[in-house]
Amino acid sequence: MTVSRYVMPSLAALGFGFLYIPIFILVVYSFNASKLVTVWGGFSTQWYGALLNDPQILGAAWLSVKIAAISATLALILGTMAALTLVRFRWFRGRIWLTGMVAAPLVMPEVITGLSLLLLFVALENVFGWPAGRGVLTIVLAHATFGMAFVTVIVQARLRDMDLSLEEAAMDLGARPLTVFFTVTLPVIAPALVAAWLLAFTLSIDDLVIASFVSGPGSSTLPMVVFSKVRLGISPDVNALATLMILVVGLGGAIAFWQMRKAHRQAQLPK
Amino acid sequence: MAWIPTLWLLLLFLIPFLVVAKISLSEAAIAMPPYKPILTWAEDGLATLRLQFGNYLFLLDDPLYLSAYGESIQIAGISTLVTLLIAYPMAYVIARAEEPRRTALLILVILPFWTSFLLRVYAWIGILKTNGILNNALMGMGLIDAPLVMLQTDFAVYLGIAYTYLPFMVLPLYATLSKLDGTLLEAAEDLGATPWVSFWTVTLPLTLPGMLAGSLLVFVPALGEYVIPALLGGNDTLMIGKVLWNEFFANRDWPIASAVAICMLLVIVAPLMWLQRIQVRREEAAV
Repeated sequence: MTVSRYVMPSLAALGFGFLYIPIFILVVYSFNASKLVTVWGGFSTQWYGALLNDPQILGAAWLSVKIAAISATLALILGTMAALTLVRFRWFRGRIWLTGMVAAPLVMPEVITGLSLLLLFVALENVFGWPAGRGVLTIVLAHATFGMAFVTVIVQARLRDMDLSLEEAAMDLGARPLTVFFTVTLPVIAPALVAAWLLAFTLSIDDLVIASFVSGPGSSTLPMVVFSKVRLGISPDVNALATLMILVVGLGGAIAFWQMRKAHRQAQLPK
Repeated sequence: MAWIPTLWLLLLFLIPFLVVAKISLSEAAIAMPPYKPILTWAEDGLATLRLQFGNYLFLLDDPLYLSAYGESIQIAGISTLVTLLIAYPMAYVIARAEEPRRTALLILVILPFWTSFLLRVYAWIGILKTNGILNNALMGMGLIDAPLVMLQTDFAVYLGIAYTYLPFMVLPLYATLSKLDGTLLEAAEDLGATPWVSFWTVTLPLTLPGMLAGSLLVFVPALGEYVIPALLGGNDTLMIGKVLWNEFFANRDWPIASAVAICMLLVIVAPLMWLQRIQVRREEAAV
């Protein structure tokens, strides 16, 4: 089988190279002593020092973390509600509306989402006086809305795979629906909830376009600060920032792999 | 409980589009917010409705906008094709790998998606610029004499889109490829088909749904992409997301920006409905 033995694996290797070589270059050049990002001038950690002494970047990073944590939590609650509704209550009257709207933010171009939310906030402020001005609150509302779509998809998939007999057993034994939810359903879907929260957090901390539309003066998030730096040209401290992010994500990936491997092994043990 | 997420989405997803539609019909003004109300109440209690279709006529009149729509569709289309070509072999190999290799490869595909999108686009600036890493490498190997202009071209935009959206293509492809019935391939082989023939006549047609789903997941967001053309494209790379951004932030013309957004929605509504149908069908199949 030449196709599956040679052709596809070599093409796939090229694909993985395409995916990782730019990231590798980013990391290597963050330790470059030269200010010219593309010329190697020896090993140095000066850009990490520059990064940690930049109050603008640090302030924006902290703001982004706060916004991401709050909006991911909101997205998790709303998305889990939506997923439970879609999987368990097959016939409620708003179902068509919910299915129609819940997946659309996944692919909606960000400029449209950003513009439409900004115009909504401005219109609401004109009519009701709330939200007063744009800032952290409006970014949180916007991020919770698109994060919710991703949460719904992940939790929905887990709920579908779940063994319903567990819940039925609990109910047969006299547990009330809320007790069943908190003692049976929630622990079973917990890994999916963690993954969904992390994804919503990442999407929020990564978002430039929507935040640019709905933020106000004094609420510049990390991507907004990085974007204005990058537009002026390449800056090595951005490489340092990227490397720190890659480190965190890489660790997360390693943990995820280790966990999945453990689960896989357990599933294969003879019963 | 079902009503909370539904109401949330109604208020923060659907109604905003109606607001955009409304403002696209109003007239620009130097004020905050910078547009005139379309509904005014006169002293005698008479309401006057002023709908301005001028913004849409302006979009049709100025060749800039039409060519931006055309170019966006073209760039998103080519980029989707490039992404598909890169993603297919990756998904194919992952689907045929044994555990735990399969999990490891899947994580490798998804991992870059968790790092900053902006920084991944930024990485390509250093690679593609005139005195960048790729040009230095090619000149060092003696393959070219003068640096190639790669940054600020459409080529850079294709690469950037393919690079950042790759996981969205690999995952649906992997899902269909891993469900592929191996006995069909064995049957083709028994009947004397060469590996290439069975790939073209069995594997490829059976994975068409995955190819379609992945292509939609790349094409639709790529169509409205702003960051990639702004950082990697040239000044003449006219993508509609960039045009909308400039109308809003540089020209502060909210009504025109809204009209651009409504027209963009019209372009993506067909592929979106298609995606919706795939989603619903999958949901029905899962029940």
